Amino acid sequence: MDPVITSVLVPTLCVGGCGLASAVALGIADKFLSVPEDPRVQAVLAALPGANCGGCGFAGCADYASAIVLHGAEASLCAPAGSAGAAAIAQVMGQAPGAAAERKVALVLCCGDETEAVRRAHYNGITDCAAAHATAGGDKACAYGCLGYGSCARVCPVNAVRVEKGIAAIDKEACIACGKCVKVCPRKLVKLVPASAQIHVLCSSKDKGPAVKKVCGTGCIGCHMCAKKAGDAIVMDGSLAVVDYAKELKDTEIIAKCPGHCIRKA
Amino acid sequence: MKTTSSPFVFSGGIHPAYHKGLSAGEPIRAIDLPPHLAVPMSQHLGAPARPVVKHGDHVKRNQLIGEAAGVISAPVHAPVAGKVTGIGHTAVTAAGRTCEAVIIEPHTPADAETLAPIADWPRADKAALLARVGEAGIVGMGGAGFPTKVKLSPPAGKPIDTLILNGAECEPYLTSDHRMMLERAEGIRIGAEIIRAVLGAKAVRVAIEDNKPDAIAAMEKAFAGMAGDVAIFVLATSYPQGAEKQQIYSVTGREVPRGGLPMDIGCVVENVSTAYAVFDAVVNGQPLTHRVVSVTGDAVNTPSNLLVPNGASYADLVAACGGLKCKAAKIISGGPMMGFAVNALDVPTGKTTSGVVLLSAARAATSGYTSQACISCGRCVEACPMRLIPSEISQFVEADDIEGAETVCIMDCIECGSCAYVCPAHRPLTQHCRRGKALIAAKRAAAAAKR
Repeated sequence: MDPVITSVLVPTLCVGGCGLASAVALGIADKFLSVPEDPRVQAVLAALPGANCGGCGFAGCADYASAIVLHGAEASLCAPAGSAGAAAIAQVMGQAPGAAAERKVALVLCCGDETEAVRRAHYNGITDCAAAHATAGGDKACAYGCLGYGSCARVCPVNAVRVEKGIAAIDKEACIACGKCVKVCPRKLVKLVPASAQIHVLCSSKDKGPAVKKVCGTGCIGCHMCAKKAGDAIVMDGSLAVVDYAKELKDTEIIAKCPGHCIRKA
Repeated sequence: MKTTSSPFVFSGGIHPAYHKGLSAGEPIRAIDLPPHLAVPMSQHLGAPARPVVKHGDHVKRNQLIGEAAGVISAPVHAPVAGKVTGIGHTAVTAAGRTCEAVIIEPHTPADAETLAPIADWPRADKAALLARVGEAGIVGMGGAGFPTKVKLSPPAGKPIDTLILNGAECEPYLTSDHRMMLERAEGIRIGAEIIRAVLGAKAVRVAIEDNKPDAIAAMEKAFAGMAGDVAIFVLATSYPQGAEKQQIYSVTGREVPRGGLPMDIGCVVENVSTAYAVFDAVVNGQPLTHRVVSVTGDAVNTPSNLLVPNGASYADLVAACGGLKCKAAKIISGGPMMGFAVNALDVPTGKTTSGVVLLSAARAATSGYTSQACISCGRCVEACPMRLIPSEISQFVEADDIEGAETVCIMDCIECGSCAYVCPAHRPLTQHCRRGKALIAAKRAAAAAKR
């Protein structure tokens, strides 16, 4: 036989034949052994942002999508997708869209930066807030204030946190409200607040006025002035003013009036 | 009774500068009564005591002011007669926490009560002696503060054959146990006899490092007349010779199994000061309300060994030492190796406060630690007395890989500080271990709560 035929045609036919036989076998196997996947999983996954931030509590977007479809997880847990995403998922699942969840952002409730807050000691150790906090309560004189060692910045999946002048600040536009910084802060200073909220009390100190003044130039001294002016939109928790974000707060005058200089726009 | 030098040497360990000469020659002296005492309710390992007095009460000296709140807990007694002016919170203590504290303003008359002395203790019931150790609020005075009653009640299947009295005092600077051995040797001996009777142990070993020849001589004299298998063990001066597991190995050649306790291999280790507290409680009916604290360091005018009522603040102690020579750049509660830095002098003393070390800026390395990369030199591995690999553990913790840290046995770390002491890259290795252990403990607690 022609050597060209033996060296080209035979191998081609052999490999092609094997491929064809395998294709037929796979086709049959697909028919009989197929695992039906719920097509809604893919549809839900398409409605999710694909950031895999884990803020919903599941291991990434695909895990959350299958949890929604197969195990009935709530459709509104994805903060980056927001209310539009939740509505899209509800549509895929044939549910009535829930009340439009408002977009939230994380906010550090402390404004005592290095120019205002007193440091009572020099900390020399691991650059980690929990480690600093565990070393005799941290180096900041205020037992409630931001330590500024950036544990929140390190866990942020979208780099929305910067440590500036010794305290953490969160970029409102970049934040996806995944809640990781809320969990990691050893002093529980980070809170998720509605993105539309303008006015905040940026202090978490539960100490009384004189004690606060001793350690920080921008702390809440518990004077009740804002609570009186803002009606029920600011409530007092002991000697700390706390914004009730469920109520509307429009009176921007209280910012200038706060003697502690801790009510700010953010 | 015989004196022998120890035939066993634990692996690893370091030889830091000891600086004990600052206060070793200072006899124990009582401090003037401070204007008020903030007696912490948590001076021991385990559940904090529950206050049983209230604002405005008048308490007698030695009166119970906090009752034990569980099995692993210890009662607290009033160190002075006085008026309770409040139940507040302590300043952040060395452990990084605050706890409830009974604030007492001393007054005259200084009326007192005591527990009934058990004068005939050699013939007393074991259970009665054990109960006395519990009601007197005795805890391990070496530093950890484990309730002594619990330590002295091993379960039935674990017979104790050896009682080791820990007089090693391997921490640099501290001299409180040293002075106790010199000045209260007889009480320590009687305490040891009582503990031996409670445990039913055959052998008593007194372990002292060879850098304290005067203490060795004093203990030889005191223990000379003690019947039974008694020996003074002279240990090589090496840190951490006073750590429980290392000391058991140095004295008996036995190793505590991983995750186990000394009682698993028939040993109980008690600090010499704890033995004295047992003597005081049984023979004199005196609950544990005072202790000897070394106040030392190059920033202190007259380094001293002070007999201090629990609840006195570090500021009171410094005042009793003639104040400070210069600004203290570092204040350490306990010794410099295993103690904790504190950032104020309003911290109250307790049953476990063996020393306060105040160092000047010239002496203290306040900016020494870095978070730079490990250079893989292996010195920490040579230094680790637990035969761990601190470099690897620290890198797992830095990467927040807790499971990884567990695979390299982070939970076996005794936090002695030897690795960080020798690290040429000045990595805070011990702090990484502490942080990792805290994360694992939190994770395990969360898992247990779920179950």
